[in-house]
Amino acid sequence: MDNIILEMRGITKTFPGVKALDNVSFKVREGEIHALVGENGAGKSTLMKVLSGVYPAGTYEGEIHYDGEARRFSTISDSEDLGIIIIHQELALVPLLSIAENIFLGNEIATNGVIHWPQTFARTQELLKKVGLSEPPATLITDIGVGKQQLVEIAKALSKKVRLLILDEPTASLNENDSDALLKLLMEFRTQGMTSIIISHKLNEIRKVADQITILRDGGTVETLDCQTEDVGEDRIIKGMVGRAMEDRYPPREPKIGETLLEVKNWNVFHQHHRDRQFLHDVNFTVRAGEVVGIAGLMGAGRTETAMSIFGKSWGHKITGDVLMRGKSVDVSTIPRAIDAGLAYVTEDRKQLGLVLINNIKENTTLSNLKAVASNGVIDDRREVKVASDYRSKLRIRSHSIYQETVNLSGGNQQKVVLSKWLFTNPEVLILDEPTRGIDIGAKYEIYTIINQLAAEGKGILMISSEMPELLGTCDRIYVMNEGRIVAELSKAEASQESIMRAIMRSGEKH
Amino acid sequence: MVADTSTQPNKPSIGDYLKNNIREYGLLVALVVIMLFFQFVTNGVLFRPVNITNLVLQNSFIVIMALGMLLIIVAGHIDLSVGSIVAFIGAISAIMLVKWGLPAIVVIPACLIVGGIMGAAQGYWVAYQKIPSFIVTLAGMLVFRGLTYVVLGGRPIGPFPKEFQLLSTGFVPDFLSLSDPATSLIKNYVALFAVLALVAYAIYAGFRNRRINEQHGTENEPFIFFAIQMAVIAVVALFIGFQLSTYRGLPNVLIAMAVLIALYTFITTRSTIGRRIYAMGGNVKAAKLSGINTERLTFYTFINMGVLAALAGMIITARLNSATPKAGVGFELDVIAACFIGGASASGGVGKITGAVIGAFIMGVMNNGMSIMGIGIDYQQLIKGLVLLAAVFFDVYNKNKG
Repeated sequence: MDNIILEMRGITKTFPGVKALDNVSFKVREGEIHALVGENGAGKSTLMKVLSGVYPAGTYEGEIHYDGEARRFSTISDSEDLGIIIIHQELALVPLLSIAENIFLGNEIATNGVIHWPQTFARTQELLKKVGLSEPPATLITDIGVGKQQLVEIAKALSKKVRLLILDEPTASLNENDSDALLKLLMEFRTQGMTSIIISHKLNEIRKVADQITILRDGGTVETLDCQTEDVGEDRIIKGMVGRAMEDRYPPREPKIGETLLEVKNWNVFHQHHRDRQFLHDVNFTVRAGEVVGIAGLMGAGRTETAMSIFGKSWGHKITGDVLMRGKSVDVSTIPRAIDAGLAYVTEDRKQLGLVLINNIKENTTLSNLKAVASNGVIDDRREVKVASDYRSKLRIRSHSIYQETVNLSGGNQQKVVLSKWLFTNPEVLILDEPTRGIDIGAKYEIYTIINQLAAEGKGILMISSEMPELLGTCDRIYVMNEGRIVAELSKAEASQESIMRAIMRSGEKH
Repeated sequence: MVADTSTQPNKPSIGDYLKNNIREYGLLVALVVIMLFFQFVTNGVLFRPVNITNLVLQNSFIVIMALGMLLIIVAGHIDLSVGSIVAFIGAISAIMLVKWGLPAIVVIPACLIVGGIMGAAQGYWVAYQKIPSFIVTLAGMLVFRGLTYVVLGGRPIGPFPKEFQLLSTGFVPDFLSLSDPATSLIKNYVALFAVLALVAYAIYAGFRNRRINEQHGTENEPFIFFAIQMAVIAVVALFIGFQLSTYRGLPNVLIAMAVLIALYTFITTRSTIGRRIYAMGGNVKAAKLSGINTERLTFYTFINMGVLAALAGMIITARLNSATPKAGVGFELDVIAACFIGGASASGGVGKITGAVIGAFIMGVMNNGMSIMGIGIDYQQLIKGLVLLAAVFFDVYNKNKG
């Protein structure tokens, strides 16, 4: 067990103006699951890119010892030849090719460029079995869920005779069942002697599977914890990541709840693409002034679809039902009308749907309410600068100026820009869809603080989140959704991880 | 990771500024270098008053269409049909003026409206039916070219009445008449004074803008760049103004072009509609979820393109004094090339009016200069193609380095 398969010594990697890694040391034992944790920007992904040869030898300082020998990888295929396979957070699968084609892409079973299909399919079936998939090898990637796609990636890694598997946030977009399946698979591989490195923000998962945990902070190694010799709690890990103990991950709040702001009645929606399939069934809920309301549920439960169908009918079709603001029926049939009615929707995918990444902070901040900084269609530059500067300081957006392109901001700061944009439309009810996904713990705290402030100002907050502790820590009331229905409404006192899961499971039995 | 949350933006250093804006200054420098090069190899023919006038007349329609094309490209689309719209508008203007005898004052607005309808006819499919603009305008290119043949019956129509020709061959008359044009060097004082006034205003406005920016803590370009840029523009403008004044003065087309350039610069930099087009081109989904009616906006940019193509079509037809079925063949490529040389991004969201205009002039000066040198059309095409590739490579190279 104590055979060291990989040792990285004194790795220093500099980008123009930034030292991304500073003298990092990292040791992995053969046959273990080694977790690499740290806040966003701590250098985890950079370290793995150094290891896999994405950054070729010579562009960094330090040594890599693998299998007892010093190695210098100049391309990814150099490291792959030795069985080091990395699976990136953004999956590298071609959606319109089949599972078999994807697994052997660039590595086809062929003679003189002619692919041997029967052999390819047979090999694929073998590999899929190993990762617990029963899909036919000819299935297109686009037709299977994200969870299964992740497993196909692993099957692809197995096809390359992997010895050291690196997973960059493998469960970030998976629901709990798929995550569990994936983690189980990793543990099974461990018994077969395979080594894995897993980068993750989900500390409970890490605790479940990791043998050792290495913590990075600000481009340096903080410490390596051995889970076999000591009991490593989440608080212990967080302390290492942020450099301070974070007793309370959620800022305290005194709720002052007022009248009902948003009420949604008998909301029925059919699927956007499969047009004869009803997706949401009789959804009813309310959000009151000063209240933070959560929607819990598994992936695919219909939470995002509920929010988007209400917000200007931007998802689904054949939408029926009523939306009331302060008791009066409002028209939300287009996005501008939904905004006028006092709604704002902060999307779960800030890069694809929330921001114009090539535009700067200022331009993104005013995008939804340009007319407020313009007269007769002409933008008043000074008014716009003032608005953007005000939000930048109010929400503490870290950037060198309001002219910085949003693509260069960290996840937390990008999220604050999206929030600025919607706050500037002065909404009564904000729908926040996974507002803290993929942002680090320090920035999460700041987002929670902003949410609390908004509630204190009398706005209604509807928060969708897949992280149950987050909902429990911030919400006054939680709706539970499953399979397009609201299956429970829990008060703060009733809500717990168990009660939420129980509601989901029970509703599943009924159908 | 040191946080800076002060409300005052930091002043960038001169080096940073140059690095961030190398594209714009590079383009201006490239134009000046190309001009000087051809001035040298053509033994001074390039900057002769007659030739400058020709340059303006020959390129005006490319510049005018580049204004609309830039908006289309920034919005994330492309329009291949403009050459065919040019031909079709030429044809129907000929029918109306020559065959039906309608006055120019009626025909000109009618043609602009028809251009708008042609743009709308394509914009509808792109905006509301989500058909890729490449396909829709490829279809438009064929359809409108075919219609041109149908309307003209395959034969050219001309000549055109005088008042229509003024559109392209007219000059602003010298109502000042300070000296006898027969003996004096300066034959048109209006041109000279107009350019002088314009340069003076530009310098005044530039300084005023800097002052206001300073008061409000907005970013200013370093003074040295501002000064050099102003000086180059002033010298070039004054020189051209002087040269024109020794010939026939300011062409009407130059005035129209200048007004349109100013208008579209304003739209792209200061108006809400311009801002929304950039946001849409940058990320159409985010723009839509921000409450922007992206379909309507796309529809409008195509209508706008159609109107500008119609204007360009009339200018060309008036200049050639004949409507032919082959008019405007390949213009779409020159116009699109001008935008890309000017720094527009093929994936949308990026591009400037000034860039597209300078890009159009780079193409124009090269066309003109190479023709004077007697280089054949074959090599002209080859060289222009390489310049386009080099300009875009320069963009990509800068982006990857930065």
